Amino acid sequence: MTPHILTRSLDRSAMIFLLIVAAVGILLPLSNLLLPAGSMFQVPTYLMSLFGKYVCYAILALSIDLIWGYCGILSLGHGAFFALGGYAMGMYLMRQIGSRGVYGNPVLPDFMVFLNYKELPWYWYGFDMFWFAALMVLVAPGVLAFCFGWLAFRSRVTGVYLSIITQAMTYALLLAFFRNDFGFGGNNGLTDFKDILGFNIQSDGTRATLFALSCLALAVGFLMCRAVVTSKLGKVLIAIRDAESRTRFLGYRVESYKLFVFVLSACMAGVAGALYVPQVGIINPGEFAPGNSIEAVIWVAVGGRGTLIGAALGAVVVNYAKTVFTSGALAPYWLFMLGALFILVTLLLPKGIIGTFNDWCEPNRLRNRAKQKRDPIVESAAAEDGVTLPRPAE
Amino acid sequence: MNMMDTKATSALLYLDGVHVSFDGFHAINNLSLTLAPGEMRAIIGPNGAGKTTMMDIITGKTKPDKGEVLFDGIVDLTKLDETKIAELGIGRKFQKPTVFESQTIEDNLLLSLNVDHRVRGTLFWRKSRDEAARIERVLETIRLTDSRHMLAGSLSHGQKQWLEIGMLLAQDPKLLLVDEPVAGMTDVETHQTAELLKEINRDNKTVVVVEHDMTFVRELGVKVTCLHEGTVLAEGTIDDVSANDRVVEVYLGR
Repeated sequence: MTPHILTRSLDRSAMIFLLIVAAVGILLPLSNLLLPAGSMFQVPTYLMSLFGKYVCYAILALSIDLIWGYCGILSLGHGAFFALGGYAMGMYLMRQIGSRGVYGNPVLPDFMVFLNYKELPWYWYGFDMFWFAALMVLVAPGVLAFCFGWLAFRSRVTGVYLSIITQAMTYALLLAFFRNDFGFGGNNGLTDFKDILGFNIQSDGTRATLFALSCLALAVGFLMCRAVVTSKLGKVLIAIRDAESRTRFLGYRVESYKLFVFVLSACMAGVAGALYVPQVGIINPGEFAPGNSIEAVIWVAVGGRGTLIGAALGAVVVNYAKTVFTSGALAPYWLFMLGALFILVTLLLPKGIIGTFNDWCEPNRLRNRAKQKRDPIVESAAAEDGVTLPRPAE
Repeated sequence: MNMMDTKATSALLYLDGVHVSFDGFHAINNLSLTLAPGEMRAIIGPNGAGKTTMMDIITGKTKPDKGEVLFDGIVDLTKLDETKIAELGIGRKFQKPTVFESQTIEDNLLLSLNVDHRVRGTLFWRKSRDEAARIERVLETIRLTDSRHMLAGSLSHGQKQWLEIGMLLAQDPKLLLVDEPVAGMTDVETHQTAELLKEINRDNKTVVVVEHDMTFVRELGVKVTCLHEGTVLAEGTIDDVSANDRVVEVYLGR
């Protein structure tokens, strides 16, 4: 079974993508750690953390592409799952501070002492153990996505209505997490982390490891998405995207499929958030802002939805542009540029970067196909070489 | 009463006294229809006669306000949703050909196979030799073997109609509901479609065909039901029905 899924999910472009991710994930930390500071090829730690952030965004973008590009579910609240994963990790990191906090309380994080908490709220129990926090990184977004999706998909809420309620969901969470008495640090969020699994979170070695792990998570997430979209389930997802009611009349329980892929995607977003927090050093309610989720959707649109690779590429490209433009004289205009980018991509590159690139390569494939039509022998030969369109899953 | 019951249980599809209204418009009005297993029936009627609404009721898309809809004599279709009804073995071809345009012809058929449709089964599903052979047979029947790797969206209108009939075949249902299969087809294609449907019916499948094209209905040579304003106006052979004064009146206007 396993080799079968692997051979099916790994076409040439997927291999190239994984090679690049692996190369970046290995070479960048090595150059940071092994080369002397100031060397031309040495990647400074701040830059590595910045790229680490992009990689986490790329995982978030993948998770959005899985539901939007393949199943037509446009979630404008995916940042909520990202932030929940981030908070779960943040809670673990807070508990690791222990008595090294400003107030020196061995159990209560600083903000709780400050807010006159007498004891740890029950929902903070267990977060001193890494395995529990890691589990919650998946469970918290997963359960929210399950409840939300179960209600929404069963009631056949689709299209723009679904998008609006996902916005409402993340906005409601934003308001809740802003409250001091909610027990997650209010508007300051969680910060001042000291160490993770006993390693100093500021040290170059930990940062390099976190970066490599983020790349690994991106690769694993990508492989998982590929395995899903190249399976028969992937074909059902596309069928739902293109003709939902037709799919129902074939006997597929559409809501179960949507729920499955929505929960899977939320868990992925949670993992992205959990890797993001130790690298940026803070998680606050701002991560729930509806604008963040919309921005993530723009990354996917720019890179090309329904391509997976495009989503990851879009996340890195747009965020790199954001870093460049928000640190210069153009800083006040970044949001205008982002808006303009979205409009331009919609008008000029409706299929995004990768989608347009694939279209350029298409004439080649069309020519091949035209040849096959005239010559059946070529057809069978071409089919054997795997030159034709995606072959049946066999 | 007793006679009614036997009629209901021996029929494959049994509609009795069905009413549906949309915002006060009576789309279906006291409609009663009985189909024997293995029967092929043509349904004709002017625009707005309620033909498509009837199909919507049978497939669970629309719930009737009143009346009985039984499948196989025992299953109450009004209580089930589209997915359950499809699983029972009722397949439908839509008026406007609805195929999955961004997927290949072969994948369209593969999606239609009546195998395990639950999420987990579908995720780990692998095509067996038997299922591959079935797809092969359907491809041959609908004459699309050569273009199996083409996207369904690139097919001509007539070919899409055939692909959708092929999807019905892959689904292997007991009852096929075929809505306007020859709309937009050339005469030759129309003739071939009639042959295809007759062949399917010979395979001991029950078929309901909704069609405007009288030549086509005549070619099918089966019992005809004429609907008008949501109720049965006439039933019988095509000659009987087209000789019926009321049918002529409805079609030509009063």
